[in-house]
Amino acid sequence: MIDKDQYKVYQEPFYQQQRNEVALYEAAYRNRLPVMVKGPTGCGKSRFVEYMAWKLNKPLITVACNEDMTASDLVGRYLLEANGTRWLDGPLTTAARIGAICYLDEIVEARQDTTVVIHPLTDHRRTLPLDKKGELLHAHPDFQLVISYNPGYQSLMKDLKQSTKQRFTAFDFDYPEAALETQIVAKETGMDAAVAAKLVKIGGVARNLKGHGLDEGISTRLLVYAATLIKDGVAPRDACRMAMVRPITDDADIRDTLDHAIDATFA
Amino acid sequence: MTETEYQHPLMAAYWKQLDTRFPQVEEVFEDCMAEALAVLTREGLDAYLEAARVIGKLGRGVEPMLAFMEEWPSTAKAVGESALPAVMALIQRMQKSPNGRAIAPFLQTLAPVARRLQSQEQLQLYLDMTLDFMERTTGSIHGHHTTFPSPGLPDFLAQAPNLLNQLTLAGLKNWVEYGIRNYGTHPERQKDYFSLQSADSRAVLQRERHGTLLVDVERKLDLYLRGLWQDGDHLVPYSTAFDELRKPIPYYDKLGIRLPDVYDDVTVGCAVRTDQAGVNQGGAHGAPYGERIPGIDRYRAVLAHIVGHRRWSEAQVADNWSPFQRMAVEFFEDCRIETLLIREYPGLRRLFLALHPKPLADACDPETASCLRHRMAMLSRALLDPDHGYTDADLNDFVARFHAVMAGGESSTGEIAALALSYVAKTRRQSDQFAKVHFADTVVDYRDDNRQLWKFIEAGDEEEAFDETRKIEPDQEIQGLPPRHYPEWDYSSQTYRPDWVSVYEALHPSGNAADIDRLLAKHGALAKRLKKMLDLLKPQDKVRIRYQEEGSELDLDVAIRSLIDFKGGATPDPRINMSHTTAGRDIAVMLLLDLSESLNEKAAGSDQTILELSQEAVSLLAWAIDQLGDPFALAGFHSNTRHDVRYLPIKGYGEHWGDDAKARLAAMAAGYSTRMGAAMRHAAHYLGARPADKKLMLILTDGMPSDVDAHDERLLIEDARQAVRELDQQGIFPYCISLDPKADEYVGDIFGRQYTVIDRIERLPERLPQLFMALTK
Ligand SMILES: Nc1ncnc2c1ncn2[C@@H]1O[C@H](COP(=O)(O)OP(=O)(O)OP(=O)(O)O)[C@@H](O)[C@H]1O
Ligand SMILES: [Mg+2]
Repeated sequence: MIDKDQYKVYQEPFYQQQRNEVALYEAAYRNRLPVMVKGPTGCGKSRFVEYMAWKLNKPLITVACNEDMTASDLVGRYLLEANGTRWLDGPLTTAARIGAICYLDEIVEARQDTTVVIHPLTDHRRTLPLDKKGELLHAHPDFQLVISYNPGYQSLMKDLKQSTKQRFTAFDFDYPEAALETQIVAKETGMDAAVAAKLVKIGGVARNLKGHGLDEGISTRLLVYAATLIKDGVAPRDACRMAMVRPITDDADIRDTLDHAIDATFA
Repeated sequence: MTETEYQHPLMAAYWKQLDTRFPQVEEVFEDCMAEALAVLTREGLDAYLEAARVIGKLGRGVEPMLAFMEEWPSTAKAVGESALPAVMALIQRMQKSPNGRAIAPFLQTLAPVARRLQSQEQLQLYLDMTLDFMERTTGSIHGHHTTFPSPGLPDFLAQAPNLLNQLTLAGLKNWVEYGIRNYGTHPERQKDYFSLQSADSRAVLQRERHGTLLVDVERKLDLYLRGLWQDGDHLVPYSTAFDELRKPIPYYDKLGIRLPDVYDDVTVGCAVRTDQAGVNQGGAHGAPYGERIPGIDRYRAVLAHIVGHRRWSEAQVADNWSPFQRMAVEFFEDCRIETLLIREYPGLRRLFLALHPKPLADACDPETASCLRHRMAMLSRALLDPDHGYTDADLNDFVARFHAVMAGGESSTGEIAALALSYVAKTRRQSDQFAKVHFADTVVDYRDDNRQLWKFIEAGDEEEAFDETRKIEPDQEIQGLPPRHYPEWDYSSQTYRPDWVSVYEALHPSGNAADIDRLLAKHGALAKRLKKMLDLLKPQDKVRIRYQEEGSELDLDVAIRSLIDFKGGATPDPRINMSHTTAGRDIAVMLLLDLSESLNEKAAGSDQTILELSQEAVSLLAWAIDQLGDPFALAGFHSNTRHDVRYLPIKGYGEHWGDDAKARLAAMAAGYSTRMGAAMRHAAHYLGARPADKKLMLILTDGMPSDVDAHDERLLIEDARQAVRELDQQGIFPYCISLDPKADEYVGDIFGRQYTVIDRIERLPERLPQLFMALTK
């Protein structure tokens, strides 16, 4: 029997609610509705799911999807061993058996034929056919499916199929508005609010340049990095350059503009 | 030599117009025409051919004509085709002087020179300078008159692009002056100097070479405006060198933000002195004495200041105030907006103070001169600099009152003007009227000239007349199919208004298909580049997918590796098969064109209208999609109230990208408004019915949804947003390409992340097909 507890979230993760998403998620979970979390990179999607798993006191199994992933990577496969073969559950199957929340991160990265295996789990059937094993798994009553994706890739090809989208309830995340993001950075790192606000301001500058040479703005995650460095004694100007500017761009003009924004903000 | 035969009748006519037999010209003719067609208007093209013809008949061989043919189109692109008469005038002057041999070098470098100078005003200064050079160095040797050509001129002209890459026009002028003054009468040394051979020539060049040129930092400044201020505009350089008396001051108007072509770095303390008296001591809040402020930061200071006006200043009626009062209001208002700017970015205080003069308290003698400017400049300094150190009681009183007003919030132009007026009243002196004005250290050179701060009643504000509501003209018969009715989303009640909008569909009128072919020919070079990318996107017949657990064939390499793992006791990779799929592209595309009135406007920084550029871009896109073989449809729309939304198909799915569709595209015209939601719903009706796997709806627009009967600006924005949700439900991927520089304010509300704003509309023909390819890659 699998040890369920290893997937439990024991410590309360810090999560700053943006609107009323916690209550909404709880409602979705009560009714075991599948959930989709959309939003740009580093805006708190994973953190939210982790927090909800903690709050609901349910195990959480996270799968980072990629384009080489096949259905068997999710469902499971037979392994060849010296004395025969042995079936090994994939993470999705495990979650369905033990009643975990299964979080498929960046689902669009997976090939579309992979994505369809989740379909029977997401409607009223709540089943997972393990064709090769000849088993029809009925999901544990606590099981719930959550997927995330970043709609920022702006490609028709990286869009989810309608038939997949239409099986989920959805949260549309974005970088929080300035006051909230300031609180997040401050709480997450213990940084004082005035400095956190400056970091957020610089983040805003980069987000204004999105589509004009930047593909994505500066994420909340990077703001947290910068604050962490500053807490550790790194000079703010250096910390910002290192954590917020250098990672996101090689474009000299953009770099120069963001550097200037840093100097103008940290007077 | 035989008469050249051109296949295309237009080309043949153009060739004939040139009236030349130079075989070298014939060789480049087609390339030149391709470029000329791309940048010149019809009239411009005629003028081009005529000028080329004239130059060909100067009797100076093929060189000048060849140079002109090749250089003019890109010159016109850089500074506008209306610069031609001035260029021709100079050529005539050369021709009539002994300097005919300089015509070829002049023309050969014209395009790079123009690209560097960027504006017609600047090019004119260059032409004037060249003429002046020519007149002062021609025939002046040892009293022989006018028989000797200028020795240095051809070398100078050949060097001009190189020189302008390093110097401003002002620097170039100084360098030229030095050469003429010292070597005006030595032909050999003059040649050495102007061909940059002599040592002093290079030394003077180094001396004149300084500062930050606007052309070199333009993109950084664009990013600065957008990133830090969410603003943006055309940046237009003016030359600082030729107006010695009245130095031009930055300003902005409908056409853009005007800035000096160069800013030198300045050193705090000696930076902004307008004469001997200027000493800026620096201080705790300013940059330390002696620190260098780079030119780019001076540009940023000007831009920040202008942004401040654009955000917070409101034009005041000037008529009732005296010039003194207005000056005071300007100083106070400048300080108000700078205070607000500093609140946004505290680092600006340091920058502003580094550039702001700090007049000495006793520098102006009120017995002999008007000290008003001096008082205002000190006050201005004190309003921004907590360590100003001035002790004057009135000054300190008003500084306190200013801060009290600002403590409440943003204040306003009106409120701060009242404070300014009482300051003038309180500190008035008889001598303020004196003709001699104390100017030293009173100019704050990063501030604009404040022309936007004033409005004059007498001039009359006709533009402000009310928009008259357009109604459907009863006699204007609506032809075609009966209307389809669509709902519209009313966000205030969060409900649909059923059958609210009538959409009339009528085939787009037709024009001349050859016009579109001409546009495509004009972009021949671009098409060639696109073709390469298109080929990569084209579906290949079979693609192998490896690492499959189940597949059609064993993948031997992987299988053997797996077996080895297994034999070695490790867990083998079970994905030992491979399979084949046809990598089909199954995409249906709908391109929806906003054909509203605003498309008739000229695109910023271009001679062409937005409509013309859209037409070119759409022609190229249609060509590209056709190359890929994706089924696509093309339609335009505009609206004149909810009762009359026109939907004008240009190409249907069943139709070929052929002459019929091209003819309709050629007749594309703009008028009326933009009821976008209705048009999208109607277009979705067709796209939704396509059997394709992926459905892409591209919406090309230059503004926000609006219509004459929708007075609440949000209404149609919210409706379009709702329409996007509906499309999403139907499995259609909407994507907006906006040409509106202000689109960032609303387009995200409608399209989420699925949009792009094209900053430089003139690049649309290139960007649109690229965008399409990126979206479907
Ligand atoms: N609402 C929030 N409350 C607390 N922390 C947050 C919040 N939003 C963002 N963060 C911080 O940002 C970091 C990144 O968030 P997270 O890892 O959840 O991003 P994500 O949206 O899942 O990104 P990706 O798409 O790249 O996986 C977190 O580690 C946390 O520090
Ligand atoms: Mg994540």
